[in-house]
Amino acid sequence: MTTPASTPPPSPSPSPPWALLAELTHGCPLHCPYCSNPLELVRRSRELSAEEWGDVLRQAADLGVVHTHLSGGEPLLRPDLAAIVAAADAAGIYTQLVTSGVGLSATRLSALVSAGLRSVQLSVQHAEPVSSDRIAGHRSFAAKERAAALVREAGLPLGLNCVLHRDNLDAVDAVVDLGVAWGADRIELANTQFYGWALRNRTALLPTRDQLSHARGAVERRREQLAGTIELVWVVPDYFDGVPKPCMGGWGAVSLTVAPDGGVLPCPAAGSLPDLDVPNVRDRTLEWIWNSSPAFNRYRGTEWMSEPCRGCPRRETDFGGCRCQAHALTGEAARTDPACALSPDHALLRAVAETPRSGTTPYVYRGPGPRTRRSSRTV
Amino acid sequence: MIGWRPALERSVVLRHDRVRRTDLLVLPERVVVLEGRAADVLRLCDGHRPVEEIVDVLAARFPGAPVTVEVPRFLHRVRQEGWLR
Repeated sequence: MTTPASTPPPSPSPSPPWALLAELTHGCPLHCPYCSNPLELVRRSRELSAEEWGDVLRQAADLGVVHTHLSGGEPLLRPDLAAIVAAADAAGIYTQLVTSGVGLSATRLSALVSAGLRSVQLSVQHAEPVSSDRIAGHRSFAAKERAAALVREAGLPLGLNCVLHRDNLDAVDAVVDLGVAWGADRIELANTQFYGWALRNRTALLPTRDQLSHARGAVERRREQLAGTIELVWVVPDYFDGVPKPCMGGWGAVSLTVAPDGGVLPCPAAGSLPDLDVPNVRDRTLEWIWNSSPAFNRYRGTEWMSEPCRGCPRRETDFGGCRCQAHALTGEAARTDPACALSPDHALLRAVAETPRSGTTPYVYRGPGPRTRRSSRTV
Repeated sequence: MIGWRPALERSVVLRHDRVRRTDLLVLPERVVVLEGRAADVLRLCDGHRPVEEIVDVLAARFPGAPVTVEVPRFLHRVRQEGWLR
Protein backbone atom coordinates (compact mmCIF):
# COMPACT_ATOMS: atom_id res chain seq x y z
CA MET A 1 0.00 0.00 0.00
CA THR A 2 0.97 3.59 -0.50
CA THR A 3 2.71 5.18 2.44
CA PRO A 4 1.31 8.32 4.02
CA ALA A 5 4.38 10.23 2.89
CA SER A 6 3.39 9.84 -0.76
CA THR A 7 -0.06 11.35 -0.21
CA PRO A 8 -0.21 14.60 -2.17
CA PRO A 9 -0.93 17.73 -0.13
CA PRO A 10 -4.43 19.20 -0.51
CA SER A 11 -4.68 20.88 -3.88
CA PRO A 12 -4.26 24.66 -3.63
CA SER A 13 -7.41 25.05 -5.70
CA PRO A 14 -10.07 22.43 -5.00
CA SER A 15 -12.29 21.12 -7.80
CA PRO A 16 -15.37 23.30 -8.30
CA PRO A 17 -18.59 22.26 -6.56
CA TRP A 18 -21.38 20.70 -8.64
CA ALA A 19 -24.36 21.24 -6.36
CA LEU A 20 -25.72 23.61 -3.76
CA LEU A 21 -28.33 22.59 -1.20
CA ALA A 22 -30.21 25.76 -0.34
CA GLU A 23 -31.97 25.47 3.02
CA LEU A 24 -34.26 28.42 2.39
CA THR A 25 -35.95 28.11 5.77
CA HIS A 26 -36.00 25.74 8.72
CA GLY A 27 -39.72 26.40 9.12
CA CYS A 28 -41.80 23.34 8.23
CA PRO A 29 -45.36 22.16 8.75
CA LEU A 30 -43.99 18.61 9.18
CA HIS A 31 -42.11 17.38 12.26
CA CYS A 32 -40.36 14.25 10.97
CA PRO A 33 -38.30 12.63 13.73
CA TYR A 34 -35.33 12.10 11.35
CA CYS A 35 -35.22 15.63 9.92
CA SER A 36 -31.83 16.53 8.43
CA ASN A 37 -32.05 20.07 9.81
CA PRO A 38 -29.91 20.73 12.87
CA LEU A 39 -31.30 20.41 16.40
CA GLU A 40 -30.84 24.18 16.72
CA LEU A 41 -33.18 25.48 14.03
CA VAL A 42 -32.56 28.91 12.48
CA ARG A 43 -35.26 31.46 13.33
CA ARG A 44 -37.29 32.93 10.47
CA SER A 45 -36.08 36.44 11.34
CA ARG A 46 -32.47 35.49 10.58
CA GLU A 47 -33.19 34.06 7.11
CA LEU A 48 -31.44 35.41 4.03
CA SER A 49 -33.64 37.62 1.84
CA ALA A 50 -34.46 36.70 -1.76
CA GLU A 51 -31.91 39.32 -2.86
CA GLU A 52 -29.24 37.70 -0.72
CA TRP A 53 -30.13 34.27 -2.13
CA GLY A 54 -29.92 35.70 -5.65
CA ASP A 55 -26.42 36.93 -4.91
CA VAL A 56 -25.40 33.56 -3.39
CA LEU A 57 -26.70 31.70 -6.44
CA ARG A 58 -24.88 33.98 -8.88
CA GLN A 59 -21.67 33.45 -6.92
CA ALA A 60 -22.36 29.72 -6.91
CA ALA A 61 -22.78 29.65 -10.69
CA ASP A 62 -19.47 31.50 -11.10
CA LEU A 63 -17.87 28.90 -8.86
CA GLY A 64 -19.15 26.00 -11.02
CA VAL A 65 -22.42 24.98 -9.34
CA VAL A 66 -24.75 23.34 -11.85
CA HIS A 67 -27.62 22.09 -9.64
CA THR A 68 -29.44 23.68 -6.77
CA HIS A 69 -31.83 21.82 -4.51
CA LEU A 70 -34.22 24.37 -3.07
CA SER A 71 -35.06 22.83 0.24
CA GLY A 72 -35.81 23.62 3.87
CA GLY A 73 -37.63 22.97 6.12
CA GLU A 74 -40.41 23.59 3.68
CA PRO A 75 -39.29 26.01 0.94
CA LEU A 76 -42.92 26.75 0.00
CA LEU A 77 -43.18 28.67 3.28
CA ARG A 78 -41.17 31.41 1.56
CA PRO A 79 -43.51 33.74 -0.31
CA ASP A 80 -40.52 34.94 -2.38
CA LEU A 81 -39.61 31.42 -3.61
CA ALA A 82 -40.33 32.21 -7.28
CA ALA A 83 -37.86 35.12 -7.16
CA ILE A 84 -35.19 32.76 -5.80
CA VAL A 85 -35.94 30.19 -8.55
CA ALA A 86 -35.73 32.95 -11.16
CA ALA A 87 -32.35 34.11 -9.83
CA ALA A 88 -30.96 30.56 -9.97
CA ASP A 89 -32.30 30.02 -13.46
CA ALA A 90 -30.93 33.35 -14.69
CA ALA A 91 -27.53 32.33 -13.32
CA GLY A 92 -27.76 29.11 -15.39
CA ILE A 93 -28.34 26.78 -12.43
CA TYR A 94 -30.76 23.83 -12.75
CA THR A 95 -33.39 24.09 -10.02
CA GLN A 96 -35.09 21.30 -8.13
CA LEU A 97 -37.72 21.96 -5.47
CA VAL A 98 -37.45 19.63 -2.48
CA THR A 99 -40.82 19.76 -0.76
CA SER A 100 -43.29 18.07 1.55
CA GLY A 101 -45.98 19.09 -0.94
CA VAL A 102 -47.83 21.05 1.74
CA GLY A 103 -48.68 24.47 0.30
CA LEU A 104 -48.27 23.56 -3.37
CA SER A 105 -51.26 24.85 -5.37
CA ALA A 106 -51.69 24.99 -9.14
CA THR A 107 -51.14 28.76 -9.06
CA ARG A 108 -48.02 28.44 -6.94
CA LEU A 109 -46.54 25.73 -9.14
CA SER A 110 -47.32 27.63 -12.31
CA ALA A 111 -45.47 30.70 -10.97
CA LEU A 112 -42.48 28.53 -10.06
CA VAL A 113 -42.43 26.87 -13.49
CA SER A 114 -42.60 30.29 -15.17
CA ALA A 115 -39.65 31.34 -13.01
CA GLY A 116 -37.64 28.38 -14.35
CA LEU A 117 -38.26 25.49 -11.96
CA ARG A 118 -37.09 22.25 -13.63
CA SER A 119 -38.00 19.40 -11.32
CA VAL A 120 -39.62 18.48 -8.03
CA GLN A 121 -38.69 16.03 -5.32
CA LEU A 122 -41.61 15.21 -3.07
CA SER A 123 -41.29 13.52 0.31
CA VAL A 124 -43.62 10.86 1.62
CA GLN A 125 -43.32 9.19 5.00
CA HIS A 126 -45.23 5.94 4.36
CA ALA A 127 -47.49 4.48 1.67
CA GLU A 128 -50.50 4.49 4.00
CA PRO A 129 -52.02 7.91 4.73
CA VAL A 130 -52.50 7.39 8.47
CA SER A 131 -48.95 6.12 8.99
CA SER A 132 -47.46 8.81 6.76
CA ASP A 133 -49.26 11.51 8.74
CA ARG A 134 -48.21 10.00 12.04
CA ILE A 135 -44.53 9.83 11.10
CA ALA A 136 -44.66 13.37 9.71
CA GLY A 137 -46.41 14.63 12.84
CA HIS A 138 -48.82 16.49 10.58
CA ARG A 139 -51.82 15.59 8.44
CA SER A 140 -50.12 15.96 5.08
CA PHE A 141 -50.66 12.83 2.95
CA ALA A 142 -53.60 14.23 0.98
CA ALA A 143 -51.61 17.38 0.16
CA LYS A 144 -48.75 15.21 -1.08
CA GLU A 145 -51.03 13.26 -3.38
CA ARG A 146 -52.41 16.52 -4.81
CA ALA A 147 -48.90 17.93 -5.19
CA ALA A 148 -47.76 14.86 -7.15
CA ALA A 149 -50.71 15.23 -9.53
CA LEU A 150 -49.97 18.94 -10.04
CA VAL A 151 -46.32 18.26 -10.82
CA ARG A 152 -47.30 15.62 -13.38
CA GLU A 153 -49.88 17.94 -14.95
CA ALA A 154 -47.20 20.61 -15.25
CA GLY A 155 -45.00 18.09 -17.08
CA LEU A 156 -42.12 18.34 -14.63
CA PRO A 157 -40.06 15.31 -13.63
CA LEU A 158 -41.16 14.00 -10.26
CA GLY A 159 -38.95 12.30 -7.70
CA LEU A 160 -40.50 10.64 -4.68
CA ASN A 161 -38.32 10.46 -1.58
CA CYS A 162 -39.05 8.25 1.38
CA VAL A 163 -36.73 8.12 4.38
CA LEU A 164 -36.73 4.53 5.62
CA HIS A 165 -36.68 3.30 9.21
CA ARG A 166 -38.22 0.71 11.50
CA ASP A 167 -41.79 1.96 11.00
CA ASN A 168 -41.89 1.89 7.20
CA LEU A 169 -39.20 -0.53 5.95
CA ASP A 170 -41.73 -3.37 5.87
CA ALA A 171 -43.89 -1.26 3.54
CA VAL A 172 -41.17 -0.62 0.98
CA ASP A 173 -43.08 -2.47 -1.76
CA ALA A 174 -46.13 -0.34 -1.09
CA VAL A 175 -44.00 2.83 -1.23
CA VAL A 176 -42.74 1.77 -4.66
CA ASP A 177 -46.36 1.09 -5.74
CA LEU A 178 -47.27 4.57 -4.51
CA GLY A 179 -44.46 6.11 -6.57
CA VAL A 180 -45.69 4.25 -9.65
CA ALA A 181 -49.30 5.33 -9.01
CA TRP A 182 -48.28 8.96 -8.48
CA GLY A 183 -46.27 9.00 -11.72
CA ALA A 184 -42.79 9.38 -10.25
CA ASP A 185 -39.80 9.19 -12.60
CA ARG A 186 -37.51 8.40 -9.72
CA ILE A 187 -38.09 6.85 -6.31
CA GLU A 188 -35.46 7.40 -3.68
CA LEU A 189 -35.58 5.02 -0.73
CA ALA A 190 -33.16 6.55 1.71
CA ASN A 191 -32.29 4.66 4.84
CA THR A 192 -32.11 6.96 7.86
CA GLN A 193 -28.67 8.39 8.59
CA PHE A 194 -28.29 8.81 12.31
CA TYR A 195 -27.27 12.27 13.36
CA GLY A 196 -29.17 15.29 14.64
CA TRP A 197 -32.87 14.51 15.01
CA ALA A 198 -32.47 10.95 13.79
CA LEU A 199 -29.77 10.23 16.36
CA ARG A 200 -32.04 11.60 19.06
CA ASN A 201 -34.72 9.17 17.76
CA ARG A 202 -32.40 6.26 17.09
CA THR A 203 -34.07 3.86 19.49
CA ALA A 204 -37.40 4.39 17.76
CA LEU A 205 -36.07 4.47 14.18
CA LEU A 206 -33.31 1.89 14.01
CA PRO A 207 -34.51 -1.13 12.00
CA THR A 208 -33.62 -4.75 12.54
CA ARG A 209 -31.21 -6.59 10.31
CA ASP A 210 -34.12 -8.80 9.14
CA GLN A 211 -36.23 -5.84 8.11
CA LEU A 212 -33.35 -4.43 6.11
CA SER A 213 -32.57 -7.64 4.33
CA HIS A 214 -36.21 -8.14 3.32
CA ALA A 215 -36.49 -4.56 2.11
CA ARG A 216 -33.26 -4.83 0.17
CA GLY A 217 -34.56 -7.95 -1.59
CA ALA A 218 -37.83 -6.24 -2.42
CA VAL A 219 -36.01 -3.23 -3.86
CA GLU A 220 -33.83 -5.46 -6.04
CA ARG A 221 -36.91 -7.22 -7.42
CA ARG A 222 -38.73 -3.97 -8.10
CA ARG A 223 -35.68 -2.41 -9.70
CA GLU A 224 -35.52 -5.26 -12.20
CA GLN A 225 -39.23 -5.00 -12.85
CA LEU A 226 -39.17 -1.22 -13.35
CA ALA A 227 -35.92 -1.07 -15.33
CA GLY A 228 -36.12 1.48 -18.11
CA THR A 229 -39.23 3.17 -16.68
CA ILE A 230 -38.63 4.35 -13.13
CA GLU A 231 -35.27 4.83 -11.47
CA LEU A 232 -35.18 3.18 -8.06
CA VAL A 233 -32.50 4.49 -5.71
CA TRP A 234 -31.61 2.69 -2.48
CA VAL A 235 -29.51 4.78 -0.11
CA VAL A 236 -27.71 2.19 2.00
CA PRO A 237 -27.90 2.04 5.76
CA ASP A 238 -24.45 2.19 7.32
CA TYR A 239 -25.01 0.59 10.74
CA PHE A 240 -25.19 -2.97 9.48
CA ASP A 241 -22.66 -3.71 6.77
CA GLY A 242 -19.38 -2.65 8.34
CA VAL A 243 -18.76 -0.35 5.40
CA PRO A 244 -18.89 3.44 5.83
CA LYS A 245 -20.69 5.59 3.29
CA PRO A 246 -18.63 7.94 1.13
CA CYS A 247 -20.28 10.85 2.89
CA MET A 248 -21.09 13.75 0.51
CA GLY A 249 -18.58 12.28 -1.98
CA GLY A 250 -15.89 13.70 0.29
CA TRP A 251 -15.69 16.78 2.49
CA GLY A 252 -15.89 19.94 0.39
CA ALA A 253 -15.50 17.87 -2.77
CA VAL A 254 -18.82 17.88 -4.63
CA SER A 255 -21.39 20.07 -2.95
CA LEU A 256 -22.14 22.64 -0.31
CA THR A 257 -25.08 23.48 1.92
CA VAL A 258 -26.20 27.03 2.62
CA ALA A 259 -28.27 27.29 5.81
CA PRO A 260 -31.21 29.73 6.11
CA ASP A 261 -29.02 32.33 7.87
CA GLY A 262 -26.25 32.17 5.25
CA GLY A 263 -23.96 29.76 7.09
CA VAL A 264 -22.14 27.56 4.59
CA LEU A 265 -21.36 23.94 5.38
CA PRO A 266 -19.91 20.89 3.59
CA CYS A 267 -23.07 18.98 4.58
CA PRO A 268 -26.38 19.75 6.32
CA ALA A 269 -25.22 18.15 9.58
CA ALA A 270 -21.74 19.69 9.83
CA GLY A 271 -22.97 22.56 11.99
CA SER A 272 -22.98 20.07 14.85
CA LEU A 273 -19.17 19.77 14.78
CA PRO A 274 -17.48 21.83 17.48
CA ASP A 275 -15.06 24.64 16.61
CA LEU A 276 -15.86 24.45 12.91
CA ASP A 277 -16.16 28.25 12.71
CA VAL A 278 -18.92 28.12 10.11
CA PRO A 279 -18.30 30.71 7.38
CA ASN A 280 -21.23 32.89 6.32
CA VAL A 281 -22.12 34.44 2.96
CA ARG A 282 -22.99 37.63 4.84
CA ASP A 283 -19.29 38.05 5.71
CA ARG A 284 -17.36 36.29 2.97
CA THR A 285 -17.56 35.45 -0.73
CA LEU A 286 -18.64 31.92 -1.64
CA GLU A 287 -15.39 31.58 -3.59
CA TRP A 288 -13.33 32.20 -0.42
CA ILE A 289 -15.56 29.91 1.59
CA TRP A 290 -15.23 27.00 -0.88
CA ASN A 291 -11.56 27.41 -1.74
CA SER A 292 -9.92 28.92 1.32
CA SER A 293 -12.03 28.73 4.47
CA PRO A 294 -10.60 26.60 7.28
CA ALA A 295 -14.01 24.89 7.61
CA PHE A 296 -14.02 23.58 4.03
CA ASN A 297 -10.36 22.58 4.14
CA ARG A 298 -10.43 20.85 7.49
CA TYR A 299 -11.26 17.35 6.22
CA ARG A 300 -10.51 17.79 2.54
CA GLY A 301 -8.35 15.19 0.83
CA THR A 302 -6.59 12.59 2.97
CA GLU A 303 -3.97 14.57 4.94
CA TRP A 304 -6.17 14.93 8.03
CA MET A 305 -6.68 11.18 8.34
CA SER A 306 -5.22 9.00 11.03
CA GLU A 307 -4.99 5.22 11.05
CA PRO A 308 -6.67 3.01 10.00
CA CYS A 309 -7.86 5.41 7.23
CA ARG A 310 -4.47 6.85 6.44
CA GLY A 311 -2.99 3.68 4.99
CA CYS A 312 -6.28 2.22 3.77
CA PRO A 313 -6.76 1.34 0.09
CA ARG A 314 -10.34 2.61 0.36
CA ARG A 315 -9.43 6.07 1.66
CA GLU A 316 -10.20 7.70 -1.71
CA THR A 317 -13.38 5.61 -2.07
CA ASP A 318 -15.16 6.30 1.22
CA PHE A 319 -13.08 9.26 2.49
CA GLY A 320 -13.10 7.79 5.98
CA GLY A 321 -16.90 7.87 6.09
CA CYS A 322 -18.84 10.59 7.85
CA ARG A 323 -17.22 13.25 10.07
CA CYS A 324 -20.48 14.05 11.81
CA GLN A 325 -21.07 10.41 12.69
CA ALA A 326 -17.49 10.03 13.93
CA HIS A 327 -17.99 13.06 16.15
CA ALA A 328 -21.46 12.07 17.35
CA LEU A 329 -20.37 8.57 18.39
CA THR A 330 -16.74 9.02 19.48
CA GLY A 331 -16.51 12.72 20.34
CA GLU A 332 -13.76 13.19 17.74
CA ALA A 333 -14.63 14.23 14.20
CA ALA A 334 -11.28 13.19 12.70
CA ARG A 335 -11.55 9.56 13.81
CA THR A 336 -12.52 6.80 11.39
CA ASP A 337 -16.29 6.57 11.04
CA PRO A 338 -17.38 3.85 13.50
CA ALA A 339 -19.55 2.43 10.70
CA CYS A 340 -16.32 0.98 9.29
CA ALA A 341 -15.50 -2.55 10.48
CA LEU A 342 -11.85 -1.45 10.63
CA SER A 343 -12.60 1.38 13.06
CA PRO A 344 -11.41 0.78 16.63
CA ASP A 345 -14.80 2.20 17.66
CA HIS A 346 -16.86 -0.13 15.49
CA ALA A 347 -18.05 -2.07 18.56
CA LEU A 348 -19.95 1.04 19.70
CA LEU A 349 -22.12 0.94 16.65
CA ARG A 350 -22.29 -2.82 16.46
CA ALA A 351 -23.69 -2.95 19.98
CA VAL A 352 -26.46 -0.53 19.01
CA ALA A 353 -27.24 -2.31 15.73
CA GLU A 354 -27.51 -5.73 17.38
CA THR A 355 -29.54 -4.67 20.42
CA PRO A 356 -32.83 -6.57 20.33
CA ARG A 357 -35.73 -4.23 19.70
CA SER A 358 -39.21 -4.68 20.98
CA GLY A 359 -42.13 -2.58 22.10
CA THR A 360 -42.57 1.02 21.13
CA THR A 361 -40.58 4.13 21.74
CA PRO A 362 -42.28 7.48 21.20
CA TYR A 363 -40.75 9.89 18.69
CA VAL A 364 -39.22 13.16 19.69
CA TYR A 365 -40.73 15.16 16.87
CA ARG A 366 -38.63 17.83 15.20
CA GLY A 367 -39.54 21.30 16.29
CA PRO A 368 -38.27 24.27 18.27
CA GLY A 369 -37.40 23.23 21.85
CA PRO A 370 -40.44 23.92 24.01
CA ARG A 371 -42.93 22.92 21.30
CA THR A 372 -41.35 19.51 20.75
CA ARG A 373 -44.18 17.01 20.92
CA ARG A 374 -44.25 13.33 21.62
CA SER A 375 -46.32 10.76 19.79
CA SER A 376 -48.08 7.67 20.86
CA ARG A 377 -46.96 5.04 18.40
CA THR A 378 -49.70 2.95 16.93
CA VAL A 379 -48.02 1.21 14.00
CA MET B 1 -35.87 6.28 -36.90
CA ILE B 2 -37.60 7.39 -40.14
CA GLY B 3 -39.37 10.70 -39.63
CA TRP B 4 -37.95 11.21 -36.15
CA ARG B 5 -37.26 14.83 -35.33
CA PRO B 6 -35.23 14.54 -32.16
CA ALA B 7 -35.51 17.07 -29.35
CA LEU B 8 -34.15 17.07 -25.82
CA GLU B 9 -36.60 15.92 -23.19
CA ARG B 10 -38.09 18.84 -21.34
CA SER B 11 -36.27 18.02 -18.12
CA VAL B 12 -32.89 17.94 -19.87
CA VAL B 13 -30.77 21.05 -20.30
CA LEU B 14 -27.82 21.24 -22.69
CA ARG B 15 -25.39 23.92 -21.57
CA HIS B 16 -21.82 24.99 -21.71
CA ASP B 17 -19.95 24.94 -18.42
CA ARG B 18 -17.64 27.92 -18.55
CA VAL B 19 -15.90 26.95 -15.30
CA ARG B 20 -14.98 23.42 -16.41
CA ARG B 21 -14.78 24.37 -20.12
CA THR B 22 -16.98 21.52 -21.23
CA ASP B 23 -20.53 20.89 -22.41
CA LEU B 24 -23.05 19.26 -20.10
CA LEU B 25 -26.45 17.63 -20.12
CA VAL B 26 -28.11 18.53 -16.86
CA LEU B 27 -30.98 16.40 -15.52
CA PRO B 28 -32.64 16.04 -12.15
CA GLU B 29 -30.00 14.58 -9.79
CA ARG B 30 -27.54 13.98 -12.65
CA VAL B 31 -24.98 15.70 -14.83
CA VAL B 32 -23.61 14.13 -18.01
CA VAL B 33 -20.28 15.50 -19.22
CA LEU B 34 -20.37 15.53 -23.03
CA GLU B 35 -17.24 14.50 -24.83
CA GLY B 36 -16.01 14.94 -28.38
CA ARG B 37 -18.66 16.26 -30.75
CA ALA B 38 -21.67 15.08 -28.71
CA ALA B 39 -22.78 18.65 -27.95
CA ASP B 40 -22.50 19.64 -31.64
CA VAL B 41 -24.91 16.85 -32.50
CA LEU B 42 -27.34 17.52 -29.65
CA ARG B 43 -27.49 21.26 -30.38
CA LEU B 44 -29.08 20.36 -33.73
CA CYS B 45 -31.85 18.37 -32.02
CA ASP B 46 -34.46 21.12 -32.00
CA GLY B 47 -37.57 19.03 -32.74
CA HIS B 48 -37.75 20.44 -36.28
CA ARG B 49 -34.83 18.83 -38.06
CA PRO B 50 -35.24 15.17 -39.02
CA VAL B 51 -32.28 12.88 -38.37
CA GLU B 52 -31.28 12.94 -42.07
CA GLU B 53 -30.96 16.71 -41.98
CA ILE B 54 -28.88 16.59 -38.79
CA VAL B 55 -26.56 14.14 -40.55
CA ASP B 56 -26.33 16.45 -43.61
CA VAL B 57 -25.49 19.49 -41.50
CA LEU B 58 -22.76 17.60 -39.64
CA ALA B 59 -21.39 16.05 -42.84
CA ALA B 60 -20.95 19.54 -44.28
CA ARG B 61 -19.40 20.83 -41.05
CA PHE B 62 -17.02 17.92 -40.46
CA PRO B 63 -15.98 16.67 -43.91
CA GLY B 64 -14.66 13.12 -43.89
CA ALA B 65 -16.15 12.26 -40.47
CA PRO B 66 -18.20 9.02 -40.38
CA VAL B 67 -21.42 10.86 -39.51
CA THR B 68 -23.84 8.82 -41.64
CA VAL B 69 -23.40 5.76 -39.45
CA GLU B 70 -22.34 7.23 -36.14
CA VAL B 71 -24.78 10.10 -35.68
CA PRO B 72 -28.00 8.02 -35.97
CA ARG B 73 -26.45 5.42 -33.69
CA PHE B 74 -25.52 8.09 -31.14
CA LEU B 75 -29.00 9.67 -31.26
CA HIS B 76 -30.60 6.29 -30.74
CA ARG B 77 -28.42 5.67 -27.71
CA VAL B 78 -29.28 9.04 -26.20
CA ARG B 79 -32.98 8.35 -26.76
CA GLN B 80 -32.63 5.03 -24.97
CA GLU B 81 -31.17 6.89 -22.01
CA GLY B 82 -34.40 8.90 -22.01
CA TRP B 83 -32.75 12.24 -22.78
CA LEU B 84 -34.15 12.69 -26.30
CA ARG B 85 -37.69 12.36 -27.49
